[in-house]
Order: sequence, then C-alpha cells, then structure tokens
Amino acid sequence: MTQHSRDLSRRRLLFGGAALSAGVVLAGCTSNEQTPTAAQTKAAATGGNSEPGKKVTIGFSAPAADHGWIAAITNNAKAQAAAYSDVELKSVEAGADAAAQRAALSTLISQKPDVIVLLPHDGKELNAFGLEAMKAGIPVVNLDRAFPDARAYRLQIKGDNYGMGVAAATYIVAQLKAKGVSNPVIGEIPGIDSLELTQERSKGFADTLAANGLRVANRRPAEFTADSGQQAATGLFQALPKIDALWNHDDDQGIGVLAAVNQANRKEFFMVGGAGSKKAMEDIQADNTVLKATVTYSPSMASSAISLARLIGQNKGMSDLVELQVPKEIVLASETITKENASNYLKLGF
Amino acid sequence: MSEMTPTAAPERAAGLPAQSPPVDPAETAKAEASGRLSWWRGDGGEGAKRNLGLLATLVVLVVIGILTRPDLYGNASWVWGNTLTILKLASVVGVVTVGMTFVIIGGGIDLSVGAIVALAGVWCTTVATQSYGAGGMIFSALTVGLAVGVVNGLLISYGRLVPFIATLAMMVAARGLAAEISDKQTQVSNNQFINGIASTNVLGIPLLVYILAAVVVAGWVLLNRTTFGRRTVAVGGNPEAARLAGINVRRHTLLLYALSGLCCGIAAVMLTAQATSAQAAMANLYELDAIAAAIIGGTLLSGGRGTIIGSLLGVVIFSTITNLFAINGLSTEAQNMVKGGIIVAAVLVQQVQFRSLTQFLGRNRLTTT
Repeated sequence: MTQHSRDLSRRRLLFGGAALSAGVVLAGCTSNEQTPTAAQTKAAATGGNSEPGKKVTIGFSAPAADHGWIAAITNNAKAQAAAYSDVELKSVEAGADAAAQRAALSTLISQKPDVIVLLPHDGKELNAFGLEAMKAGIPVVNLDRAFPDARAYRLQIKGDNYGMGVAAATYIVAQLKAKGVSNPVIGEIPGIDSLELTQERSKGFADTLAANGLRVANRRPAEFTADSGQQAATGLFQALPKIDALWNHDDDQGIGVLAAVNQANRKEFFMVGGAGSKKAMEDIQADNTVLKATVTYSPSMASSAISLARLIGQNKGMSDLVELQVPKEIVLASETITKENASNYLKLGF
Repeated sequence: MSEMTPTAAPERAAGLPAQSPPVDPAETAKAEASGRLSWWRGDGGEGAKRNLGLLATLVVLVVIGILTRPDLYGNASWVWGNTLTILKLASVVGVVTVGMTFVIIGGGIDLSVGAIVALAGVWCTTVATQSYGAGGMIFSALTVGLAVGVVNGLLISYGRLVPFIATLAMMVAARGLAAEISDKQTQVSNNQFINGIASTNVLGIPLLVYILAAVVVAGWVLLNRTTFGRRTVAVGGNPEAARLAGINVRRHTLLLYALSGLCCGIAAVMLTAQATSAQAAMANLYELDAIAAAIIGGTLLSGGRGTIIGSLLGVVIFSTITNLFAINGLSTEAQNMVKGGIIVAAVLVQQVQFRSLTQFLGRNRLTTT
C-alpha cells in the first residue's frame, strides 16, 4: 500500500511538474512581436489644412475585429488621429452586434464629441442613431456601411463592392484576350455568400464578364477565413480540372486558396485577389505564385475618414476642391494592383 | 479500486435502468452464453448493420456523382484523386469527431471543439512559437488542446456544470482568447515542415489521410478493446450504475473531455497546415459538423452507445456531399438543406430500426433513447 501511494505521489509530481513547465513554455509563446506594419496614414504635412487648428474631439466606433480588414480599419483610424496634434480620438468598442454598438454609441454622445466616425455593424439598424446624433448637432461620418437615410450622416466614405467585381473581371478579360484563350473557364471564390457586399461583388463580376460574352463556370463560397478558403478552393479544383482564371474575393482567405493551389499542384491559371493585403501585394510583386493581381477595397478609408472628420470639425473644406466644405459622399475607386504598380501600393497593404 | 473493476460490469450496466442493483457476474455470463444478447448489444451486429446503411448512402452519393458528371467520373485518375481529396477534406473534422464521439458516448457534449481548434491553431502560429520550429508548434497545439479539454472536464465533472453550458462558455472564451493572442490577424505559418503536412503524399496517399486513419484506429481500439472504452459506454449509458459498479465517473468524465481537447489539438495542426495559417475565426462551426457526423454515424446523443466507424462514415458522407455539390456547381444553400435532411433521415431510420429490433426481441426493459 505504501509502495503504491509513493508511486502515485511520484507520478503526480512528474505530471504536475510537466504540466507546470508546459504552462510556462506556452505562456511565453503568445507573443507576436514583429515589426509593426506601418499604418496607412497621411503624415501631417506643413501648410494649408494640415496646420494645427481648432482642437477636435472625434468619437470612433467600429465592430470588434475578427478579420484583418476590420482590424486595419481601427488601427488606421487610431494612427491617423495620432498624427494630428489637434485631434483627440475617443474610441468605444462596438461590441458584438448592432444593439451593443448602439449602447456604446449613446455613451459616446454623452461625452459630446465634435464629430463621430462610425463603422456600423449594420447601416440599416444604426440609421436611427445617425439621425439622433445629427439632430443633436454632432456631424456623423459613416464609414463603409451606408445609412439608408441621407439625413443620418454628414459624410459617407465607402469602398465600391460592385466596382471590385468590375475591376477583377476587367483585368481577367484583358489578360485572357492577351493570351488569346477561347472559351475560358473562370472560377470564383466569394466570401460569406449571405452578405450584401459579397452579392454586390459577385454581381459586378458577373455583369462585366457577361458584357464580354463570358460567365463564371463555378463559384464556391468561403467565409473570409484562410481555412475556409482552402476548402472552397480544393472543392473548386475538383470540379474544374482545368481553369483559366480565378477570382478570390478576399486576400485573407486567399492565403488558404494559395495553399490549396500548392497542395493540388495547379499552375495552369492566374488568380486575382481582393481587398489588398500586404501579403497579397508582396506575392504579386514577387510574381512566384498564381496570384497576379488584386483589386482593392482599402481600409485606408478609415484614415481618410479621420482626416475628413477633422476638417468637418474645424469647418474647413478639402483644399484642392473649390467648395468650402467637405463633400457629402466619397466612394473609393477599386484599384487594380499588379506586379507593375505593386510597389506604390505596398504602404497601403494591411 | 477502480483498476479492479470487472470489465463485464460496465458493459452490462449500460442498458439497465437506474434502479437496478449492481451487476451479478453469473447472470452476465449466462447472457453472454446465450449469444443472442451480445449480438444486439455489442458493437458488432447492430452497429455493423447501421454502418452498412451508411455505406449504402455513400454509394448512392457516388452514383449520383457518376450520373451528374459522367465526364469527370469517366477519368480513372480523376476519380482516385477526388476520393483522396474527399478524405483529405474530411480529415480535420474526422479527428475532431473521434474525440466528440467519445464525449457523446460518455453522456456529454462538447460545443467548444471549433474554438479549441482555433485557439490551438493561433497559439502554435504566433511568432514566438514559430521560433521554436515545428516541434514547438506541434507541442503547443497539442498541449493547448489538452489543457482546454482538461478545463472543460474539471468544470463539468468537479464543478458540476452542465456540459452544454460549460463548453458553450468555453467556446466563447477560447475564441476570445484566440482573437486576443492573434490580435485579430491571420497568422501565416512560415514553417515548411508544418505546411508540408498538408501537401506531402506517402505512397500516393496524403499524409493527412494517414493521420486521420491513425486517430480512427486508435479511437476504435480505445473504445472497443480497452477498459477505458467500456467505462465510457457505462458512464454514458447510466452514470449511477457505473458508479455503483466501481467506476470513478468524475475522473472518467474529465478524461473524456481531455481526450476531445487533445483531438482538437491534433486537428489544429492539420488545419493550420492546410491553410498555411491560423486565425481566431478558423474551424468555424466545426462543433456542429462533428456532432452531426457522430449522430448520423449512430451515436446516441443521450450517451451510452456509438461507434467510431459510424462517426467516420458520417464525416465522409458530409465531405462527399460537399464534393458532389462542388463538382456540379450547385449553391451551398441547397447543400446545407440536404445536409440537414440527411441528419433528420438518419436519426429517423435509427429510431425505427431500434424500436422494431427491441420489439422483435421482446425486451421491454431496454430503453429506447
């Protein structure tokens, strides 16, 4: 019996010690230190609008990031605000859904910011908040997800989802023509299919292809994550033994799509990405994968939104325009990044 | 004490109502001798029959594939490659499902598996972990999976939390921690050995398929040929009877969740290799895939019964459906509806089979689910 219990205590000591040391090693493994990506900010130049002016307090709210793009939005906004000596950024967490964001925003209003910059969970659901804030005399800058009511915002700045599809299809059509491919097989890997933005992107893509007498042979939606991209692409490759061109909507899930390309050993096609991540741009520049281009939907819009919110708060206009005030709507063009111009865009990659 | 439990006891306890007295070994021996009893109670007969049904489903799916895409199926090398692809895509969920099957047979549920895969994946791809090389990455993924599983097990067995609640809480918390560690970014794995796990073939068969096979074989042996497996069935079938039979039910429950966590750790390495990256949102809804596969594989959600082979077939069936819809270019919405239909159909068939079987044998004391 004593023999038995001593064995047990030794065993416990062994396992306990092992568990403890494993815990210590693991805890040390959570660090992610690497050179921080330079945020996509505009350095405050001297002269004109950049001159420090009236102090502006900007309230900022964006959904909790579960994806590189949203993370870049928040980082950019903070970095851009820090670049101005006359801007104070009050950031509130938007929580998990529209209701949580509404609650967070009402605390923000009570702090009386000069301008609110807001990326809503859902533009329709937060429309009422926009109206309320505007009524209280606080200009609202809507970032990317539009309010249906024009009175609910002072400025709307957003990307062009439909235009992304158009840009991707335009590049693909031009490449296929240059290669003289007849009857090309075109694949598509969209993001989460139930989202309006995905549907707009796919519509722009399909419309532009149709205008050129082409169509998508197969589309397998992923979920904006690399692992889902890998699975969607693997399925697509089984369905299409030969592909000429492939558009993948999102560069984050594109990491998985490229992994699937390597795993399936497919090289016969070229691929266009979407959004414009730093890694995608580097891959395009290196030109050693099937990824030959990506069409942007840049989170740099958050930096621009902060700059414009500051101008609104200081009652200034955009100095290159004749108007004395900032315009009401700005839609960013979706730009096509290829090997030739990738170096210009690298600083905008997220 | 628990080491001395007669192996026959838990097996016997599984089917008995709660108020039954501890098992009489003599009666067990008699029942075994009659042969008929063990035919329908053991993992052999009925399980095999159900698995035949699943195989038939699989054949039907392949026939549909042949009929709808004769051009692809006419090419032998494509068919071989496609079969391997189906198995490869089934491998990650398959490994998770093996652990899940143990937990469900043991009378529990683990809703946190997807989150554990994500946390283990993120943990093993941080810059700091990657600096330790492939060994460090695999070690951290397995250890994180195991540790989270142990926490689940402690909460459930010693903290007396309902498994549904405890693992639901873990699901949210583990994803949160994963998002915190990864700073919500996609972490790319630069380790060629890890990435190679998904692209390496051994004798023409992907390494991932071997890993799945190894886990399935280990799971099968553990469930059917060891005391641990018999205890799992006993604990899930009737915890009170199992306790009276001398099984340390709490410790066993703890071990089951630890096992599930370890499987998630293995799956995390596989999924990270496949995607060459990890992020907090990865392995989305894998808990539902794994539970669904186990259920159509014949595992009772109330515990006490289930087979590893059935679960494997369940995973492969889902993977084949996904493949079938992909090669026909059909929408994923329709695919999800079909999956739902198959789950319902499988459970209905099981219930009918089980009921008619018990009626046929005239054994009313056997409880139907």
